[in-house]
Amino acid sequence: MSTPTPSAPSTGYAPVRPLDVTGTAPIPFARLVSVELRKMWDTRAGLWLLGSIVVVTAAFMLIFFFVADSSDRVFDNFIAFAATPQGFLLPVLGILLVTQEWGQRTAMVTFALEPSRAKVVSAKVVAALVFGAAAFVAALLLAAVFTAVGGASGGFEGVDAWLFGLFFLLQLLTIIQGLAYGLLLLNSPAAIVTFFVAPIASSIIFNVVPALRDAAPWLDLGTAQQPLFELGGGDSLTGEQWAQLGTTTLVWILIPFALGLVRVLRAELK
Amino acid sequence: MITVEGLTKTYGAYTAVDDVSFVAQPGRVTGFLGPNGAGKTTTMRIMVGLTPASRGRVTIGGHPYREIPNPGRHVGVLLDASAQHAGRTGREILALGARTMGLPSSRVDEMLALVSLTDDEAKRRLKNYSLGMKQRLGIAHALLGDPSVLILDEPANGLDPAGIRWMRTLLKGYADRGGTVLLSSHLLHEVEMIADEMILIGRGRIVAQGDKKTLLSGDGANASSLVTALDNDALARALTAAGHTVEKAGEGLRVGTDTTTAGRTALQAGVVLTDLRSGSAGLEDLFLSLTADTQREGHAGPATVPATQPGGTA
Repeated sequence: MSTPTPSAPSTGYAPVRPLDVTGTAPIPFARLVSVELRKMWDTRAGLWLLGSIVVVTAAFMLIFFFVADSSDRVFDNFIAFAATPQGFLLPVLGILLVTQEWGQRTAMVTFALEPSRAKVVSAKVVAALVFGAAAFVAALLLAAVFTAVGGASGGFEGVDAWLFGLFFLLQLLTIIQGLAYGLLLLNSPAAIVTFFVAPIASSIIFNVVPALRDAAPWLDLGTAQQPLFELGGGDSLTGEQWAQLGTTTLVWILIPFALGLVRVLRAELK
Repeated sequence: MITVEGLTKTYGAYTAVDDVSFVAQPGRVTGFLGPNGAGKTTTMRIMVGLTPASRGRVTIGGHPYREIPNPGRHVGVLLDASAQHAGRTGREILALGARTMGLPSSRVDEMLALVSLTDDEAKRRLKNYSLGMKQRLGIAHALLGDPSVLILDEPANGLDPAGIRWMRTLLKGYADRGGTVLLSSHLLHEVEMIADEMILIGRGRIVAQGDKKTLLSGDGANASSLVTALDNDALARALTAAGHTVEKAGEGLRVGTDTTTAGRTALQAGVVLTDLRSGSAGLEDLFLSLTADTQREGHAGPATVPATQPGGTA
């Protein structure tokens, strides 16, 4: 014991008594995920967001149900219609899962209880993906109900599972993108605005500046993802299109995520 | 126990924590006392791994905090009672902590009862809590995992006098059962009431540490008595002859020695005393003068606290 001051404390008490931690198991990852899931719905903001994802999904299908010709009321179309609002709302959920901890300063508590920040961020990623999967399942169920109740005859024919899988993957990537901007900016409004505005701004720039137009499919997220939405039944992406999806995913999602992770790992919590 | 060794934290040219070393012993409540911005909170954040240290290290029971598995079960931490989601209920905040640590939900009820938060209050959202209620909830959160070490930053902040007494009883009992408590405060009387051991910090440096008695007796230079006699002049002569400093102070004299010596001198001189009491203005003056010293040394800026007491002893 080294004490720099002359009036060192009397040390007639316990000697150096090490804390026995051998009997304590680390916090299991699944438990961290369950806590992150709970953090999403135990606040009013989170509950409203989750509720609105389900309600808006159902509402969009209902609108489609009334405006579409009866022959168009097929399972595929219901799903496609629901994908748009989910694509907007799920990434916001991913953003809030991260930024909420900074806005409310609960990160101090979270990281004091689990000092491995990488583990906490991983748990948040898994939790966000679980919500994404749940929303997708909810969309499938709702679409099935709409199709069964009032759909065209043969509404379930020609359902392309591979295409659904691809869209599901895209949905999950969008959620990761939300998480990435949340980690990078650690501020809800900034992350949400960036998430929505940056891709649009990018698309405009890449399509307006002639010198950039050729690079657009490789660097602009919207341009690279466009072919996915034009896929018909049985179509597939070309190798080049896959590569373009890869580079844009790297630039727009993976690199921001990595930078955001580094920021959180190094951040000083006050 | 908490062991801090040569801890230093710099932000660019600014040194927030400067070579701080101390030990918080089990079975004792250690008070970490210093003015605002002295480096208490930074030191505590470093302790629990929320801020990286520039130099030095902190171990808790021999382990760096990051290496303690499920640390909430060993170390209870309260750094900021307001750092919780304003939209969560008190009960939900504890429930999240309990689940993270792998504790049964019955533990939440036990802790709510311990800090005297009623069922009704536990159902309210945090934004509707007073600061005192937040502190109680924060204490409950820190105690959830039945830790053997407590690290509390300004836990008495916002508590009323009854709340401070409650906390003193709670922490005293906790320390008596062998627990280690480190609590910080910028208010001396809070720490004076609760802590067994005190660490005084100013401008990032430890300026004194020890128990209250050690700190007050110091090196004797702080000893001072206020004495009034029927014949002050005779007493002053006797005291001066005995080699003590004497100054006029109101009706009587301020003498640079303890009350025993002052009384004995009066007895030997045959002077009748009408009043004799300790003139040590208490830990507060010591605290202010110690931190004022560090401010003068380290900083050319205006002093925010008074320097040594007027009429202070030589």
